[in-house]
Amino acid sequence: MTTLQLCLVISSLLFCIGLVGALSRSHTILVLLGIELMLNAANMNFIAFWRFGASPTAATGVLFAIFSIAVAAAEAAVGLALVIAVYRHQKSVRLEEANRLKG
Amino acid sequence: MNLILVLIGGLMLTAAAVAMSLRNIIHSALLLIGSWLGVSFFYLWAGAEFVAFAQVLVYVGAVSMVVLFAVLLTRRDRQDVVVAPETRTRAISALLVGGSVAGLLVSAVLGTPLATGPAETPTLTVKDLGTLLAGPQAAGLLIAGVILTVALLGAVVLAATDSGKEDAS
Repeated sequence: MTTLQLCLVISSLLFCIGLVGALSRSHTILVLLGIELMLNAANMNFIAFWRFGASPTAATGVLFAIFSIAVAAAEAAVGLALVIAVYRHQKSVRLEEANRLKG
Repeated sequence: MNLILVLIGGLMLTAAAVAMSLRNIIHSALLLIGSWLGVSFFYLWAGAEFVAFAQVLVYVGAVSMVVLFAVLLTRRDRQDVVVAPETRTRAISALLVGGSVAGLLVSAVLGTPLATGPAETPTLTVKDLGTLLAGPQAAGLLIAGVILTVALLGAVVLAATDSGKEDAS
């Protein structure tokens, strides 16, 4: 197993932990945290391919990771604001109970 | 060299797995800080220092605080941070889906002959990154700035209470 493959295996496992978390929990904040873990795993792939890929002189992987971190920060802020807005109407953060469009 | 990577990966994966299985959501959020710190160690190990610092600033600093604030703002009483257990069917099906995706991804990674470049760490200074972001990638930087501004305004509008109106619930 090369080092690049080891990096990719670790990021795949991190992605799957996030996927299991997002699928198995019904608390909205935990689902968001699972999605954040999946985003982090994708960023790790960019850096791994930049470091060990065929043309490491191009900085594309690093730039994409930086932009991706910025967008993930925006996503977390909007997602948690949505959680607070839903909680104000439904008095609950469980996903099954958020089944009305007009609260 | 691979031993350090295995150690970092073990720390990251253990913290993430334990965080996703705990019942107390505050403990989950605190363990995920450890997992995000592990990801930033990976970036440092790979030689992408700027991304590692960005990861520490954004995830370990900002996102974790936002998550803790959201947890504390959406609980009914002091004991409400403990989440009720999920149904067995849901947990088993999630584990099945996650396990099969993991098997698929790992076998695909191990079965693909990946072209690797030179072994030495590529040198990329912060000055190079700045030149790239101010020159060829300036449009991306501006768009990211606009997205962040719009997202922050949207988050404030969504989370703000309308004190002038009667509460609809």
